[in-house]
Amino acid sequence: MTLIQAVFALLAILTLGAGLLTVLSRHLFHAVLYLILSLLGVAGLFVLLEAEFLAGVQVLIYIGAISILIIFAVMLTRGMARNPGPPLNNQSLAAAVIAGLFFVLLAPVIAGFPWPQTTQGVPADTIEALGRSLVDPNQFALPFELASVMILAALIGAIFIAREKR
Amino acid sequence: MAQIYDFIYNLLPYLGAWLRGLLQGWGFPEWAIVFTMGLIKAFLLANFGLIGFAILTYVERKIVARFQDRLGPNVAGPYGILQPVADGIKLLTKEDTMPAGADRWVYNLAPLIIATCALAPLVVIPFGPGAIGADLNIGVLYALAVGAGALVGVLMAGWGSNNKYALLGAFRAVAQLISYEIPSVLSVVVVVMVAGTMSTVGIVLAQDVPYLFVLPLAALVFLMSGVAEVGRTPFDLLEAESEIVAGFHIEYSGMKFALVFLGEFVHALVVSALFAVLFLGGWRGPWLPPYLWTLIKMSIGIFLFFWLRATLPRIRIDQMLNLNWKFLTPLMILNLIGVALVDKGLRAAGVTSGLWAAGMFVFNMAMLIGALAIPGYLGHRARMAAMAPASEEELEALEAAAAH
Amino acid sequence: MVPLSWYLLVAAALFCIGVYGVLARRNAIAILMAIELMLNAVNLSLVAFWRYLHPAVTTGQAFALFVLVVAAAEAAAGLALIISIYRNRETVDVENIDLLKG
Repeated sequence: MTLIQAVFALLAILTLGAGLLTVLSRHLFHAVLYLILSLLGVAGLFVLLEAEFLAGVQVLIYIGAISILIIFAVMLTRGMARNPGPPLNNQSLAAAVIAGLFFVLLAPVIAGFPWPQTTQGVPADTIEALGRSLVDPNQFALPFELASVMILAALIGAIFIAREKR
Repeated sequence: MAQIYDFIYNLLPYLGAWLRGLLQGWGFPEWAIVFTMGLIKAFLLANFGLIGFAILTYVERKIVARFQDRLGPNVAGPYGILQPVADGIKLLTKEDTMPAGADRWVYNLAPLIIATCALAPLVVIPFGPGAIGADLNIGVLYALAVGAGALVGVLMAGWGSNNKYALLGAFRAVAQLISYEIPSVLSVVVVVMVAGTMSTVGIVLAQDVPYLFVLPLAALVFLMSGVAEVGRTPFDLLEAESEIVAGFHIEYSGMKFALVFLGEFVHALVVSALFAVLFLGGWRGPWLPPYLWTLIKMSIGIFLFFWLRATLPRIRIDQMLNLNWKFLTPLMILNLIGVALVDKGLRAAGVTSGLWAAGMFVFNMAMLIGALAIPGYLGHRARMAAMAPASEEELEALEAAAAH
Repeated sequence: MVPLSWYLLVAAALFCIGVYGVLARRNAIAILMAIELMLNAVNLSLVAFWRYLHPAVTTGQAFALFVLVVAAAEAAAGLALIISIYRNRETVDVENIDLLKG
């Protein structure tokens, strides 16, 4: 086992363990904290995959914005946090079976398939190329603009829905 | 002479190379060398932050005292220079309390997270050529992203304390921090766009003319939102020492309080260091060695913070939010578009360094004056309209009231 | 070097954890968090494929960025809905939000 593989194993355990605690945690606020830990693990895996830009964006957007938003929602619905009751519903056993079965079916396929692999390294100007491709009319200019319009619509909608009616 | 200058100029890289050679001589494998060097760098940077914190607490009190015609700390040691040590000892010996019903882990982890997230951006601050924790190709993004982690710490502190005032304080703190992150990120984006790189070293190398003179508007907005993010006067309404007791950290005492406090001061240090790197040309400057320049430029930002604190009154929360959402954010979006167009136009016209900088400066100053003049005019008109009686009837009513 | 299949296995496991969370949790916010986990699993496999199959083409990273944008929009709109429901019904337990059930 090389050093990189050991780091990968640590990050994978962190990501999966924290992810598992996210869905099992009884206390909602703790669940958000575990979610943040899991997202941090994914950011670490991005760094291992040499996608540093995505790792940075992951931390900035997910941890700096989305999870803060979730924490705000948890606190605004504090009445639920005070007496949480059972965190799982009565179909949790079936859900566990389904999720487990899904993984059991996926895992051998992933492990057994002879994935093609390039020995190609990541080009040095990846971030620049990514930026150019996002505004290149032949690549992602249209999806990029659509995504901007969508997030604007989502934000306006969110403000409209969550605003207190007077 | 030239050799001595070269030695001073490249002091830290030479030390690094010497250490690397030493470790290689001892037969360390490559990964162990990288690991050891990283540990030493981390140790040095963390201590830079800690010592900076100690010095800043002293300097702030001294400077603010000067502004207010007082002496400031003057008992511990000559000129009170041992005051930070005395403060440290006092905080260490304080009782470490925990509120009843606190969320143990969350409550204890929060100060650590705040302090760590404040210290972590120091990694990408270049102190001289080759003297940097790690020259990441996403340097600025890293600094912003890690800084955002402190928000989680603030919310954890507010929630874990099991105190509704702490929770409300955390809400207000996060609302302010997250709002002012937007103009701050936008001004950084302007710099990144003009420099063509996110690496802090690359940004410093791109500044033949310091960006303060190329992008004065972005510099101003970065500084203003930096003050707000650090939560200092005039944006210190989260803490408002003279009105409310404290914000999210009300329940912390002793060393944990010191960690929260350290987070705040190191954040100020990091913001002024980023200001030096992004707008003042980092380590570059004539005559003096680069490390000295870095420190001088960092202290400019710090001094501005203290100056503002001693001069300006605290603003209200609605003013704080209005300033951000109705002024700074739209202004920075317009500035981003404008700078992109002017930069492209100047470069297309074949204008090079000196003239290019002059053109950008003129455009930015025009935008700055316009941006200050229009709200000023509108505000003036609104005030005049509010003061002048609106109609004849109101005048008569006023006269009638006066006659009584 | 870490083989590609390891990354895909982690992504698959994370996705399954998310599936379990969506199916088994009662609290709507917890379900939203589980969806975020699933989106992250997808992102992880996208980036892994980018790195191991076509590192010279930016498509994988660009897609991951779009997923991120979608996640942000989903979180904003979803949480607004949840808060609105909480205001009207004093609960975010999906077992009790079944007015439309026949």
